[in-house]
Amino acid sequence: MAGATITQVAPLPVAVPLVVAALLAGGRDRWPRSFADAAALGTAIFNVVVTAHLLALSLVQPIVYWMGGWWPRAGIAIGISFSIDAIGAGTALLASVLVAAAFVFSLKYFESVGTLFHVLMLVFLAGMCGFALTGDLFNLFVWFELMGAAAYALCGYKTEDPKTLQGALNFAVTNTVGAFLALTGVALLYGRTGALNMAQIGHALASGTQSSPDALTLASFAFITCGFLVKAAAVPFHFWLDDAHAVAPTPVCMLFSGVMVELGLYGAVRVYWAVFAGVLGTHQAELRGIITSFALLTALVGGVMCFAQTHLKRLLAFSTVSHMGIMMMGVAMLTPSGLAAIAVYVLAHGAVKAALFCYSGILLHRFATVDEMELYGRGRVMPLTGALFALSAVVLASLPPFGVFAGEAILGESAKRAGYGWVTFVASLAAALTGGAVLRVAARVFLGWGEKSERQGQKTGEKRETKAGRSGTPAMMSGAAGALVVAALVIGLAPGLKRGAEKAALDMAGTSDYQARVLDNRTIPAPSVKPAPLEPAEFARGFASVLGALALAGCALFRRRLPRVASAGLRSLSSAVVAQRKLHSGHIGDYITWLTIGVAAMGGLLSLAFR
Amino acid sequence: MSPRIRLALFVISLLGFAAIFAAGARELKPVGQYPGPYGDVLNAAAVPERHTTDVVTAINFDYRGFDTLGEEFILFGSVMGVLLLLRQTQDERRKENPEEEAGGGPQASDAMRGFTLALVGPLAVFGLYIVLHGQLTPGGGFQGGLIIATAPLMVYLSGRLEEFKAVTSPHVIEVAEAVGAGGFALAGFLGLLAGRNFLANVLPLGKTGNVFSSGTILLISVLTGIEVAAGIVLAIRAFLEHALEIELKGGKTR
Amino acid sequence: MLQWLMGWFAYAVAIWIFAVGLYGIVTSRNWIHLAICVAVMQSSTYVMLLSIGYRTGGAAPIFVDIPPGTRAVDPVVHALMLTDVVVEATVLALIVVLAVQIHRRTGTLDPDKLLELQG
Repeated sequence: MAGATITQVAPLPVAVPLVVAALLAGGRDRWPRSFADAAALGTAIFNVVVTAHLLALSLVQPIVYWMGGWWPRAGIAIGISFSIDAIGAGTALLASVLVAAAFVFSLKYFESVGTLFHVLMLVFLAGMCGFALTGDLFNLFVWFELMGAAAYALCGYKTEDPKTLQGALNFAVTNTVGAFLALTGVALLYGRTGALNMAQIGHALASGTQSSPDALTLASFAFITCGFLVKAAAVPFHFWLDDAHAVAPTPVCMLFSGVMVELGLYGAVRVYWAVFAGVLGTHQAELRGIITSFALLTALVGGVMCFAQTHLKRLLAFSTVSHMGIMMMGVAMLTPSGLAAIAVYVLAHGAVKAALFCYSGILLHRFATVDEMELYGRGRVMPLTGALFALSAVVLASLPPFGVFAGEAILGESAKRAGYGWVTFVASLAAALTGGAVLRVAARVFLGWGEKSERQGQKTGEKRETKAGRSGTPAMMSGAAGALVVAALVIGLAPGLKRGAEKAALDMAGTSDYQARVLDNRTIPAPSVKPAPLEPAEFARGFASVLGALALAGCALFRRRLPRVASAGLRSLSSAVVAQRKLHSGHIGDYITWLTIGVAAMGGLLSLAFR
Repeated sequence: MSPRIRLALFVISLLGFAAIFAAGARELKPVGQYPGPYGDVLNAAAVPERHTTDVVTAINFDYRGFDTLGEEFILFGSVMGVLLLLRQTQDERRKENPEEEAGGGPQASDAMRGFTLALVGPLAVFGLYIVLHGQLTPGGGFQGGLIIATAPLMVYLSGRLEEFKAVTSPHVIEVAEAVGAGGFALAGFLGLLAGRNFLANVLPLGKTGNVFSSGTILLISVLTGIEVAAGIVLAIRAFLEHALEIELKGGKTR
Repeated sequence: MLQWLMGWFAYAVAIWIFAVGLYGIVTSRNWIHLAICVAVMQSSTYVMLLSIGYRTGGAAPIFVDIPPGTRAVDPVVHALMLTDVVVEATVLALIVVLAVQIHRRTGTLDPDKLLELQG
């Protein structure tokens, strides 16, 4: 079968990086830097090619690949499957592209400790691809932990700084608790269904005899979803994210914000559609309400905290939290069109967020700081960088017709259809907050606008992560950043984007088709998709959020010149902001307390909704 | 949050969490009534299909071998992470006289020395036995590799750090770890080369009950054993070096 | 009562262990202690998995002395647990390494005193 030979590449995005990582680790002090760079970058590019190929294949017909050749017997899966649909392949592609960009960014100059950096990044890449492509629930957990182990080590890279170690510790403990919470949910499901394959579990749950889902289904749904939402940095599980970003080196931050956090959301969404959609489908409206509440909270808390930061990396971290809230709004609609919106959004956001982290890395390389106040006006020597930085900021604020806007527009349509049209206003507000914060930084750093604040910026005491080179930015760094910005622009303009996303979403959300494909090896005819063009109202909203971002940035920069009324209003808001900031204490006990509160809240809301 | 508020909020939500967990667990079958079907299918199939008598190892290295590949690389990645995080940084330096500092390493009495050195051989052999017999009786790469890793540790317990370091040359151990980890992934490619799927069992299956049976299960088990042993030794070495031989410039900890 | 004990006690133990582990993490005053509490929390999943796979009167899934087809416990959860243990050990190693480094650089292991990362 010709089709079968082509899909033999399915395990390669995981297997090849692992082999190369082992190779590089074997002589970690003996491989020359250029060889390690070449091998690592080559592997990442290989992954990009293979995952793009898988994406192209899966858009036509999703791929099911059984490891070891263990095909299911009589509907019982005995091996592990890769169930690759377009969204999974697309996520793996995003991970590969960002890892490649991170390697380009760190060519030559990044302090790489022998080959350990390359090894850990390749292991991280393998974990991400495995997570995105697998169809087995325990296998999902294994790749989740692989991503985690590599991430914790990479986060604690700059070991001389006690802040780094604390950030890495908070990250490691919080995510491990989340992972084992999810595993507990998996164990409960295994106890009920005796299966680990997602399609098989979904089928078994849906053909059970209850009319309403029972406590076990709800408990496992709560645990698995909350476990993955910890990785996704949804509120109230998000506290680890800004700690980790504040201390991790730049290429690692690119990956964290660009794809790792999104993978957490992907995990929760994949498990919902493959396992729970059948059995929880009767109460979609209540579920929609619950997830939307978490989403709104995330978007707003993230946005407000983002605007209050002066440390550029923490600002971008909270911006990621806020955008995660917007992404959750899309998936909360529980419809294929919501999924399609987020598929586009994730790609564009990943590119632009990674680009912004590249720029923060460039600033760190040149000026040894990433604090907005310390950088005041110093960016004037790099006007091109400043322009691209500002461009990224407005793209982030949903400037039509580019990528982030495209996702939000589709989200708007989907939300309206689900009766939640008003969430798009919150999304616009969040986008304005985060875009405005980045614009404010751009103006302050690259133009020297705004008052030099009497409040001293947080003394970041950043350690260098690159060999010193204060004159000029290395071409690799600005090249990587520029390419990512271009990608973010282009994604929104790609023809057939909407159709592809909607087709992909239909594949992911078609639960019974998924089960038939995986368990019975049936080929389901592809659904036909006729996407509608974007409505003009969405364009208006996009421009509105950009204007809002500009306005917010202006208010922040020129606070003294505002009319008395406005600054009084701002001052009353700021006490609320201060209280919120106090909650982000850096103490692991607080973080785990919030985690437990979140799990209990999710469980409580579910039991109320399904009684 | 103040510690009292934190504790109060935490305990309340912990009770909620426990209630959810308990409500879910109540719907499970009581302990002792596992209903299947996954386990029963594999119990029935493993011996005839794979010529292994230890079904758990067959699951680990064949039916669900892909999980074990990930697991092995979690160990590999963590060891690399440990090496990364315990590296000597610019504000640290090697102690000139580590023996004087730590009072000469662990002071091994003659009895201790004799006992631990006598154990080195048996531990290594026993670990090897566990690795090679994984497909027959409880055991396999992970368990046996861990036991093998304790053999050099006995050398450390019997004397000093230098002796441990002499026995565990980093170049050799690192290559061993890389071979073990990379070898597992490459063993998966054997399946692809044979025209079947990744990680398919393509080596001759032999006769049930022999040591050399079960095809790739034995091969992967041995490779895993090498990797686990090497990884653990590397990690312990890094810990010991960091604790005993590296100090902050400018004296003790701040 | 005895029936409840036989049937559900193991699950209750698993819940208790998870809760105790979490409690330890939240109230810990020492990062090494905290790392061990994480390990305790992780081990609740072992109890859970193994209890789910148990069969009263079932043999171990090792068919050396017993003929294949004898009633045996579920081998899958044992395999899962092996993976689980390795994951726990590796995460524990990383957390302990970070704690060791923090102690070397700041002289303390108390989370209450290490609060440099505030929002």
